[in-house]
Amino acid sequence: MQTPPAIIDIRNLAVTFRGGSRKVRAVNGVDLTVDRGEVLALLGESGSGKSVTLRSLLRLHPKGTLIEGEIKVAGQDVMRLGRRALADLRGGTVSMIFQEPRLALDPVYRVGDQIVETIRRHMPVSRSEARARALRLFEDVRIPSPESRLGNYPHEMSGGMLQRSMIAMALACDPAILLADEPTTALDATVQIQILLLLRELQTRRGLAVVFVTHDIGVAAQVADKVAVMYAGRIVESGHIADVIHNPRHPYTQGLLDARVELAQGSSRLRTIEGAPPDLSALPPGCAFAPRCGRVAETCRTVVPELHSGSTSVACFEPLRG
Amino acid sequence: MALTLTREKAQPAIVLRSPGYWQGVLARLSRDRIAMIALIVVALLILMAILAPYLAPDDPTRGSLARRLKPLGTPGHVLGTDELGRDMLSRLIWGARLSLVMGVVPVPVAFVLGSAIGIIAGYAGGLTNSIIMRTVDVFYAFPSVLLAVALSGTLGSGLTNALVSLTVVFIPQIARVAESVTTQVHRLDYVEAARASGAGSLAIVRVHILGNVLAPIFVFSTSLISVSMILAAGLSFLGLGVRPPDAEWGLMLNTLRTAIYINPTIAALPGVMIFITSIAFNLFSDGLRNAMDVKT
Amino acid sequence: MSLDLGGPAQPLLTVQGLVKHFPVKGSGLMRRRVVRAVDGIDFKVKKGETLGVVGESGCGKSTTARLIMKLLDPDSGTVLFDGQKLGHELELSAYRRQVQMVFQDSYASLNPRLTIEESIAFAPRIHGVTARAATERAHALLNRVGLDPGRFAGRYPHELSGGQRQRVNIARALALEPRLVILDEAVSALDKSVEAQVLNLLLDLKDEFGLTYIFISHDLNVVRFLCDRVMVMYLGKAAEIGDTEAIYERPGHPYSKALLASMPKANPAERMDEPPLAGDPPNPIDPPSGCRFHPRCALAEPVCSQSEPPLLQLGGDHEAACLANMSGSGHSLAPSRAP
Repeated sequence: MQTPPAIIDIRNLAVTFRGGSRKVRAVNGVDLTVDRGEVLALLGESGSGKSVTLRSLLRLHPKGTLIEGEIKVAGQDVMRLGRRALADLRGGTVSMIFQEPRLALDPVYRVGDQIVETIRRHMPVSRSEARARALRLFEDVRIPSPESRLGNYPHEMSGGMLQRSMIAMALACDPAILLADEPTTALDATVQIQILLLLRELQTRRGLAVVFVTHDIGVAAQVADKVAVMYAGRIVESGHIADVIHNPRHPYTQGLLDARVELAQGSSRLRTIEGAPPDLSALPPGCAFAPRCGRVAETCRTVVPELHSGSTSVACFEPLRG
Repeated sequence: MALTLTREKAQPAIVLRSPGYWQGVLARLSRDRIAMIALIVVALLILMAILAPYLAPDDPTRGSLARRLKPLGTPGHVLGTDELGRDMLSRLIWGARLSLVMGVVPVPVAFVLGSAIGIIAGYAGGLTNSIIMRTVDVFYAFPSVLLAVALSGTLGSGLTNALVSLTVVFIPQIARVAESVTTQVHRLDYVEAARASGAGSLAIVRVHILGNVLAPIFVFSTSLISVSMILAAGLSFLGLGVRPPDAEWGLMLNTLRTAIYINPTIAALPGVMIFITSIAFNLFSDGLRNAMDVKT
Repeated sequence: MSLDLGGPAQPLLTVQGLVKHFPVKGSGLMRRRVVRAVDGIDFKVKKGETLGVVGESGCGKSTTARLIMKLLDPDSGTVLFDGQKLGHELELSAYRRQVQMVFQDSYASLNPRLTIEESIAFAPRIHGVTARAATERAHALLNRVGLDPGRFAGRYPHELSGGQRQRVNIARALALEPRLVILDEAVSALDKSVEAQVLNLLLDLKDEFGLTYIFISHDLNVVRFLCDRVMVMYLGKAAEIGDTEAIYERPGHPYSKALLASMPKANPAERMDEPPLAGDPPNPIDPPSGCRFHPRCALAEPVCSQSEPPLLQLGGDHEAACLANMSGSGHSLAPSRAP
């Protein structure tokens, strides 16, 4: 029996930004696969390369960015796609939602018209068909009185409503893959959980593969099947979300989990990871976490550890017993 | 209580100093080839104006009907002669003096006055802002050329009046820029923090506002020098600036206008000078803007 | 220096009937519409405690901070600092020395043209400290917040990381040796591992300098960790005030309960199926009648849209504004009148 190929397959991805004279290695050798219908959370702090990795799937980087490695999305080689094919991929097979829907939606057009436009760009349907489809999408994302809401301009909607509209627009052309870049970070707590549950429901119903970028372990735990923890442009640990959260094997993952304030109730201090993430334009030769790591050994400072698979995959010479 | 602070005197021997903002601007500017070339051109023009008595081969006002409108390359008159037989090269060199004064002087004056008006309006906000800015808008509503001509016409011709009217033209423009950047900076948290620590308006403006608004206003003002050059030339051309027989490029353009069919190259020379000067100032101001506009 | 006037029993800060409405731009000439940002709140901050203020966007928590800081003038209401009425017994400049604030945006709250030491020394200089002494104090403070003055004093904000900048802002707030520090989402923009470091620092500084904090945050986990008491705000009003443990263990207001339940648990086995609360936080321009929470409330009954619940004591100094707790309110869940 043969397992179906992964819908996203990234091999040895490296992304380098050239800002002036300095070269910033934002992503530094990432391997990643996502199966059909699977939700992967990319978890990391700012500068870990999680968003950059996500954007690489659609080649959404500013000009002059160097992307190396292999990226296969839904059977297509993203690195070799021409302009047209790339445009078809974006919003067709793969669509994306962002942290700030206000920036992603055009302020001068009605939200409904923007969705209709998106549908018509990718599908040979009439205006009225597209309109009907937009209405169904608004119902799917649970926007109250969807008919009249389609006629709203973005500024007439609240943050939660806008994020729902953006999800509707992202799903307009029945994508197989949804990329989500911190879509609930800017929302209020009571709205955040609504959007997370909505995303999970839509994902299950439509069998979407989702890559969900977040810095919040709680959010990842609510939506993801698998998680990949990133640090300084590399994946340091990946596996099923429950395994990683309950039995972290990489010292950084453990540090992140230990630093959670909800664990510290009753005690007077938080456990922290001392120090700060490395400068991406001057990465240390070995493991990027070595300077902050409590389990550091000689090899860690000179050799970059590879991601070894086990119950969870971990890139560490001295992993914790899972 | 908090006096423990002074006890644990942590006076390090050496404090690492980062290069200041202006050092950074200078460093970036000096790497900008085009801006540097423009700066050299500007410097040469200024030098030429200062050294006019030594550089000019001839008296710029002495003419001779016998040698009117000689073409380029005439022996003794490399750039030919004008409609009164005066040496063009000498007139262009001497003309740099008045032209540069008329082009450059109004801008720094307007910079000081306009910034003051704009910063006061932006900092005060509310009604004060409305009163000041609506008054400024009245002047701003006129096209600059029209305003300059109208003012000069009212004040009468002459260098000083031309300078005054050009200054008045630029004040509202600079004030508007100053007001908008000040309003922007005024809303930032560090100004709030300064207010919260009990600082008075004067201290806030001096420490927190000026340092952050003067740079963009300054850049905008330098871009006005080229406009000022052209407006000044225009005023002289219309007879509202310098009076003949003084050499000034705008005025020369006017008097040579009649010769345009006889000897077009000579007639175009003052225009070329105006063009070069204004482009040089413009490119330098562009470079300055790029050097200052860093995402810090 | 600043003296403790009323003794430990006297609240450091007493806020009474604070109201701030903002006019809405472009509203009609006939009926000027207002944003009811803060609409009548009362609370006390005890000496040496940390009061948490939580709520969603538009609940008025940041406006409250700015009103306390006197960066905004309230429409009505009074602020007493250590028993002294602000503007009467206590002059603004004296008050400002004792109350300082740390903002959320670590970058916007530092002047990009000043070096770190100049930023910290600014406030002491304003209050007449000599340049030399102010710089010395800046260096000592930098040391205290964990930044080596030799490396950081002469640098500019853009050369520092977010966590380092926030440490500078904390040092700057402490430069006047204040008694009350308002932390307005001061750790919200930081990465989790950095946030933990800064929270530890805040705890240490509080002990060392005998500070009192008002900690404004949307992160209920952080508030639970740091705060002794909590005020939950909803649409410009206090929905509930009380000891942190009381509120987290036995929330007395349905909104507090929903807010607590909305925090995602970092355990995939505890996934939620239904959101605890539907809908978006409503607009503070036209707040609902009666109890402002009633359109989103699971316990809402007709009476809730008619009468506005006052803050009601639930035990100790735990108070909540809900008609379901108020005997004789007409709500079906209300306890019967005490005999």
